[in-house]
Amino acid sequence: MAGNRDSKSLLNGTLSRRAALKGFGAAAGLALAPGYVRYAQAQSSAPIKIGFQAHRTGIGAAYGRWYEKTTTAAVKAINDAGGIGGRPIEIVVEDDGTDPKRGAEVVGKFATQHKTDIVYGTLFSHVVIGSAPTAGELKIPYYVVSEGHHVASTKLNRYVFQPGITDVKSQIQAMAPWVASNVGKKVTMIFPDFAFGHDHRDYLPPALKAQGAEVIAQIAIPPTESSFTKYFPQIPAETEVIYHVMVGPAVLTFVKELGEFYGSNRPQLFGFIDSLEAVDINSPGLEFLDGSHFWEGSPRYAQENDSEAQKAYRAAVGIDDNGAAVGDPKDVSTAAHMFGCWETLYVIKKAMEDAGYKGPEDRAKLVEATEALTKFDEGPEHPQGDKIFNGKIHQCFGHQNISKVEGGKLKVVHRTSIEEGLYEPEGDYTTMPL
Amino acid sequence: MNRPVTLPIYALHAAVIVLLFLLQFILPDFHHGVLARVMVLAVFAMGYNLLFGYAGLLSLGHAMFFSAGLYGAGLAVEHFGFGMLPAFGAGLVAGGLLGLVIGLLALRTSGVAFMIVTMMFAQVFYLVTLYFADWTHGDEGFVIAQPLRQIAIGSLHFDLTQPTTRYMTAFLLFSIVLIVTLFIVRSAHGRVLVAIRENEERTRMLGYDAFANKLAAVIVSAVICAAAGAAYAILFGYVGSTFASVQYSILPLLWVLLGGAATTLGPLLGTLFMYYVVDITSGFISAYLFIVGLALILLVLFFPKGILGTIRDRWLGWLP
Repeated sequence: MAGNRDSKSLLNGTLSRRAALKGFGAAAGLALAPGYVRYAQAQSSAPIKIGFQAHRTGIGAAYGRWYEKTTTAAVKAINDAGGIGGRPIEIVVEDDGTDPKRGAEVVGKFATQHKTDIVYGTLFSHVVIGSAPTAGELKIPYYVVSEGHHVASTKLNRYVFQPGITDVKSQIQAMAPWVASNVGKKVTMIFPDFAFGHDHRDYLPPALKAQGAEVIAQIAIPPTESSFTKYFPQIPAETEVIYHVMVGPAVLTFVKELGEFYGSNRPQLFGFIDSLEAVDINSPGLEFLDGSHFWEGSPRYAQENDSEAQKAYRAAVGIDDNGAAVGDPKDVSTAAHMFGCWETLYVIKKAMEDAGYKGPEDRAKLVEATEALTKFDEGPEHPQGDKIFNGKIHQCFGHQNISKVEGGKLKVVHRTSIEEGLYEPEGDYTTMPL
Repeated sequence: MNRPVTLPIYALHAAVIVLLFLLQFILPDFHHGVLARVMVLAVFAMGYNLLFGYAGLLSLGHAMFFSAGLYGAGLAVEHFGFGMLPAFGAGLVAGGLLGLVIGLLALRTSGVAFMIVTMMFAQVFYLVTLYFADWTHGDEGFVIAQPLRQIAIGSLHFDLTQPTTRYMTAFLLFSIVLIVTLFIVRSAHGRVLVAIRENEERTRMLGYDAFANKLAAVIVSAVICAAAGAAYAILFGYVGSTFASVQYSILPLLWVLLGGAATTLGPLLGTLFMYYVVDITSGFISAYLFIVGLALILLVLFFPKGILGTIRDRWLGWLP
C-alpha cells in the first residue's frame, strides 16, 4: 500500500520541489562526507601512491619479478621507518608486458586513473623511451631503473630521472682502464646487433683507446641467430681479450660453442653479467666461463668484505649468499641491477621530503628537488655504494664491480672509482620548461 | 536485385561519428586518452579489414605498413626536420610505395602462400629497422620531442600533445577513414573485391581484372595502415621497431576477427573490446593473455563471425 501511495503521489505531482531538493541535499551530503573525511586526512597520513610500471610478462619478466621483490622490500623498510614525510607508500602495480606501446598506456593509466603521485621502476630501454613522452605530457615524474643511456642523453624530457642505477655508457667507460691494464690490450668484441650491443660497440673503442688499448675487431651477431660457430673464425688470431655481451637464451649456446671452438687454449674473456642475470653461473655449458671476468652493478654473491648495509639489504630482499632466493637455490636473482629499485625509492623519499611534497600539485617542485640532489652516501639507503647525481642530465654515477668466476662463484676483484665513469654531459634538462 | 538499404547505413555511421565526437566531453581523463589511442589503432584495423574482410586476402605482415607510416613520419622529423603535417604525408607516401611493391610481389601468390610471403616481407622490414639502427635507433627507438609536435596553419596553432587536440586529431582521422572505407565497400570496386573473395575464377571470367583490383586493395589498405602509424608517431611521440614485429601483424587480425570481418564498424568494436579486456584483466592476473585467449575462443565458438558479423547475420542484414 505504501508503495502504491508513494508512486501515486509522485505521479500526481504532490512531492514538492522544496522537499525533493532537501532530499537531494541530504543525499549529496551523505555521499560527500566520506570523501571529505578522506580529504581531511590527505594532508597528514594518506599514502603516497607510486605507480610501479612492472615487466610482469614479456621478455623482461625475469627481471620484472625481482624488481617487484626488491620494490616490496624497500617499501616495507621505508614504511616501517615512518614512510615519506610521515606518509606511507602505496605501490600500485601495472604490467606493461615489456612493450613500449603498453608502457605508454600504463603511464597514462597511472596518471589519470590510479592518480598516482609518480611513476617508477621501468627497466627495458624501449619501454622507457616509449613511455617517456606520455610522462612528459602528463607532467608526472617518472623514475626509471633502466641503466640505458637514454635519460642521460637528454633526449627524453624533464620529468624522466634515473637516480638509482648508472647508465651503460658510464659502465663501459669505467671498465676500460682495468681491462686494458689487467686482461689485455687487443680486444675483439662480440655483441648482439641491436641497441644493447650498439651501446657497447660505440662506447668501448674510444674508452679503450684512451687507455692505450684497442678494439681490433667488432663482430655483430644478427638478432635472429641461434648458432654462433660460423662467426668465430672472424676473431683475429692476435686477440688477447674477447669482450662479449650476448643476451637472452642464446647466451648458453654462445658460451658452449665458444668453448668447443677454443678448447682449453682460449683468449681472456670479459663480459657484462646482463647476459647471465637470473641464470645460474653453474648451469651446464657455462663451465667455459671459469676464470673469466664480468661487470656487475651490485655483486650477485655475498663477498667477504660486504658492508652491514649490503648484508641488511640482501636479507631484506630475500637473497642468500649465492644471490638466489632464500629457500630456492634455483631462483637466481638479477642482483646486478635490482638494487637500483631499492636506491631509487630512497632517492624519491629524499626528494619528496626536500620538496615538502603534498600531492600532485607539487610535482614540479618534486622535479626541481630531485634535480637539486648532488650525492648519495653509502649506507642502508644506498647499499651498493655512494653515488653522485648530475641534476642537469638526471643521471647518477657510481662504482662498478669487476668479478671473476672462481669455483662456481663470482668474486669481486676490482671496484672502479666514480670518476672513471664520468663523462661530459650531453645536454641540460633544467633549461626545459616544467 | 536487392539494393542495400541506404538510409539506415548512413544514419548508423553518422551516429557513430557523432557519438565519438560527443564522448570526449563526458569521458573521464583516463577513458578519454584510451579512446584517442583506440581510434588510431582502429584505423590500423580498418585498413587491415579492407584487405582481409572484403578482398579475402589474409596478410600476416601488416605491421610493416603500420611501421612504414610510423617510420615515414618519424624519420622525416628526426632526420629532415619535417613539420607534423608534411611528416604525416611522408608516412602515407611510404606506406603507399611499400604497398605497391609488396602488392606486386605478394599477389603472385594466394591463400597460405600469401600469408607466408607477407609475413616474411614484414620480418625483412622488421630486421631492416634493426639493421639501420644508426638511422632508426633500432629496438630502442626514439621520441619525437614534445615541442616539435605542433601544427601551425596560418594563425591557428594546434598542440598535438594536448589531450583535446589529440582526441580531435584521432577522431578526424578515424572519421575520414571510416567514411572512405564505407565509400569503398559500397563502390563497384568494393563489390568486385567481395566477388574475388567469394570466387576469384568466376569474377575473372566475368571480365574483371582480379589482379588490378587486389593490387588496388593492397595499396589502399597499406596507406590506411600507414596513416594509423604516422598518426601514432606524431600523436604519441614514439617510434620504435617493436611496432614492426610480428605481434603487430597479428593484432589487427584479432581486432578484426573480434569486431567482425567485412563490417565497416567491426574494427572499432574489436579494437575497443580487446583494449579493455587486456586493460582490465591485467589488473587482476599476470596471465591476462590466458584470459584474452579464452575470450577469443569463446567468441569464435559463439560469435564465429565476430560481434558485428553475428549481429548482421541474425538481425541486421543491411550492415555494410
